[in-house]
Amino acid sequence: MTDATLGEKENVLPPPAEVEDVELYHAKSWLTHYVFSQDAKIIAIQYAGTAIAIGLVALVMSWVIRLQLAFPGAIPFIDASHYYQAVTMHGMIMVVYMLTAIFLGGFGNYLIPLMVGARDMVFPYVNMLSYWVYLLATLVLTASFFVPGGPTGAGWTLYPPQAIMSGTPGNDFGIILMLASLILFIVGFTMGGLNYVVTVLQGRTRGMTLMRLPLTVWGIFAAAVMALLAFPGLFVACVMLLLDRTLGTSFFMPGIVEGGEHLKYNGGSPILFQHLFWFFGHPEVYIVALPAFGIVSDLISTHARKNIFGYRMMVWAIVAIGVLSMVVWGHHMYVSGMNPLFGFFFAVTTLAIALPTAIKVYNWVLTLWRADIHFTTPMLFALGFIVTFVNGGITGLYLGNVIVDVPLSATMFVVAHFHMVMGVAPVLVIFGAIYHWYPKITGRMLDETLGKIHFWITFLGAYAIFFPMHYLGVLGVPRRFYELGETAFVPHSAAALNIFITMAALIVGAAQAIFFFNVFWSLRHGKPSGSNPWRATSLEWQTPETPPGHGNWGKELPIVYRWAYAYSVPGAPEDFLPQNAPPLKGEHSP
Amino acid sequence: MSVMGLFFVLIASIALWWLIKQGVLRSSFAEEGEIVDFPGAELLPRPPAAKVGLGVFLAVAGCLFSLLCAAFFMRMDAPDWQAPPVPGILWFNTAVLIASSLALHLAERAAGQRETDGVKTWLVVGGGCALLFLLGQLWAWRELAARGLYASSNPANAFFYLLTGTHALHLVGGLAALARTAHKAWSGRDIAGLASSLELCAIYWHFLLFVWLLLFAMLAGWADSFGVICRRLLS
Repeated sequence: MTDATLGEKENVLPPPAEVEDVELYHAKSWLTHYVFSQDAKIIAIQYAGTAIAIGLVALVMSWVIRLQLAFPGAIPFIDASHYYQAVTMHGMIMVVYMLTAIFLGGFGNYLIPLMVGARDMVFPYVNMLSYWVYLLATLVLTASFFVPGGPTGAGWTLYPPQAIMSGTPGNDFGIILMLASLILFIVGFTMGGLNYVVTVLQGRTRGMTLMRLPLTVWGIFAAAVMALLAFPGLFVACVMLLLDRTLGTSFFMPGIVEGGEHLKYNGGSPILFQHLFWFFGHPEVYIVALPAFGIVSDLISTHARKNIFGYRMMVWAIVAIGVLSMVVWGHHMYVSGMNPLFGFFFAVTTLAIALPTAIKVYNWVLTLWRADIHFTTPMLFALGFIVTFVNGGITGLYLGNVIVDVPLSATMFVVAHFHMVMGVAPVLVIFGAIYHWYPKITGRMLDETLGKIHFWITFLGAYAIFFPMHYLGVLGVPRRFYELGETAFVPHSAAALNIFITMAALIVGAAQAIFFFNVFWSLRHGKPSGSNPWRATSLEWQTPETPPGHGNWGKELPIVYRWAYAYSVPGAPEDFLPQNAPPLKGEHSP
Repeated sequence: MSVMGLFFVLIASIALWWLIKQGVLRSSFAEEGEIVDFPGAELLPRPPAAKVGLGVFLAVAGCLFSLLCAAFFMRMDAPDWQAPPVPGILWFNTAVLIASSLALHLAERAAGQRETDGVKTWLVVGGGCALLFLLGQLWAWRELAARGLYASSNPANAFFYLLTGTHALHLVGGLAALARTAHKAWSGRDIAGLASSLELCAIYWHFLLFVWLLLFAMLAGWADSFGVICRRLLS
């Protein structure tokens, strides 16, 4: 195709880039502009702010846990009930209210419309409702700290029968508030999830084909689809458990004799709850991981000035991980007494996930191979993610095998594994992403020196916390135990290691103050960033205003001519070609 | 869980079909970084966003109901399971819900032919039948309660209340959407908008009717042998 025909074709084809059936809502007052906003960018900041705030509560909970494990009985406030409540709330908040909300509600809302070239989400009103229902869910959860009996201490998995029995802390009000809050969260999330999925399907600007979407959008899109299909599992489990608790039905509750008295329950199946819970619970890991995968791909490509290696393979890997992760939930139930044949099936599917995941890791490494790597703060966090994720993923291969899992299942090894793979790794990506997109959100750069200090303390500190836990696990130190007491098999040195881990946890937690200081200080005093400080290609960096105005794109939507990874293209005037830059002379259509 | 398996095969095939239709397999792709594919690949008309949104929502609702059914079949196996007798009014309710669905289909057709009066008539019939269905379901609940079959007395009763209740709540949500559509019909301003809202309502009604027929079959015990097959398959 010659240049002349290209130009001509451009003239012949002026279909509107605008999607007609998406109406843009215009706020009329301060309240509808900043509080009850229908602008996805504001909703994103509300989501992320709420998620981080509740995440800080969970951080404090983790300190409570660690203090007890290092100095059993030294702090009178931390009795067994408070310990289990802290464990429960830490887990539930971090997994659902923090990670899920910030990746999908926060980054999803901010990045999807900008990256696909839309003016806003497809259903802005529903999007606003989604945030307010989420906030309500968070408040209901927080309220459980202030009711008699306190929050539930059932463990984040809320397994019946113990979750609603009288021996468990918070079994009178805490558990009801927890279940109600989860139900609300799922309702709110479904509203948001519809938006993320439909906006990717419908809101893309002209030229933005699926195979030109930045991987961030692919990751968030696949995670949103999975979440829409997986959260109903938790929803059903919560509703049925709530009925067991309030109406005395026996969905999950078996016949139980307590204190010589036969409870009203009869014949229910706790295993059924486990199936429903983990039907949600496992995909949840990837609901958190897939957006992280996507974001990391974009960070690496941008800061290494090189196109992502194997873009199409990356997309298919995301899809494959999404599909496979729906059929592996049983690996959380190896010790539940289910049919051993199931264990075989679930071990096979679990280990099969290693294939697409390994493809992604190889592609990241090959992207870095002989690239022009800039060690900026976002890049450091992205590299930290790869290392941590590989580390956590490899222990996953151990635990995915039934025979290895059975002895390790109740030990600290599992705690180390899932914190590495779905705790530390996604959190590193969240930080990297904030350092990367902060200039777009505020128009100012975060301070690089503080950022690097923050990175090194967080990264090395996280390893200091979770790496020794593998060792404790292999020694046989059990997880969930309030107090270890004297055992024949755990040496005294384990206590010293526990103290070391706790010290690291306190330091890493406190070091996050550097990050918060940086975020607030840079709002006013940061270096002005301009519209595209990282010289990135994807659409969000090409907006006419920074931070992007209402409607994102001024008068005309951008038109997309290429994928999001045109870095260091030979013959290009600069080392990057924005997705919406008109084609170069000689750049040819395949 | 075989129910979930079936449901996911369905969802996955729809997703795969859609990905292929979007040209994921054939779209050109250049790892060297030189890629220019001129706009055109996606000039195919896109369906309206609201319709796609509804489709996605139906997938979520379908997932919810499949999970409830899966739980039903798994719990059914326990020895304490005693299916309650089917209240006779469920037959009447089923007929009313079919009528409601049919009426909305006719309303949609009338909107296509720009007959505002027809739209209004069928809207009233459809909405009225749906309300009647809800009342009938309440009546069925009362009938069970009158016989002493409470949710706490047997898991089969609990599932009866849970399944019918979840289904009824979905219908209540649908009625809210139908009320908005009716508002459009009576204010008479936006005929094109009315037609598309009616289409969405009709799709949703057909979906709920389909779900109800399956639930009815399960509650009446006609699907028991299916449950047995499922459990044999997975145990």
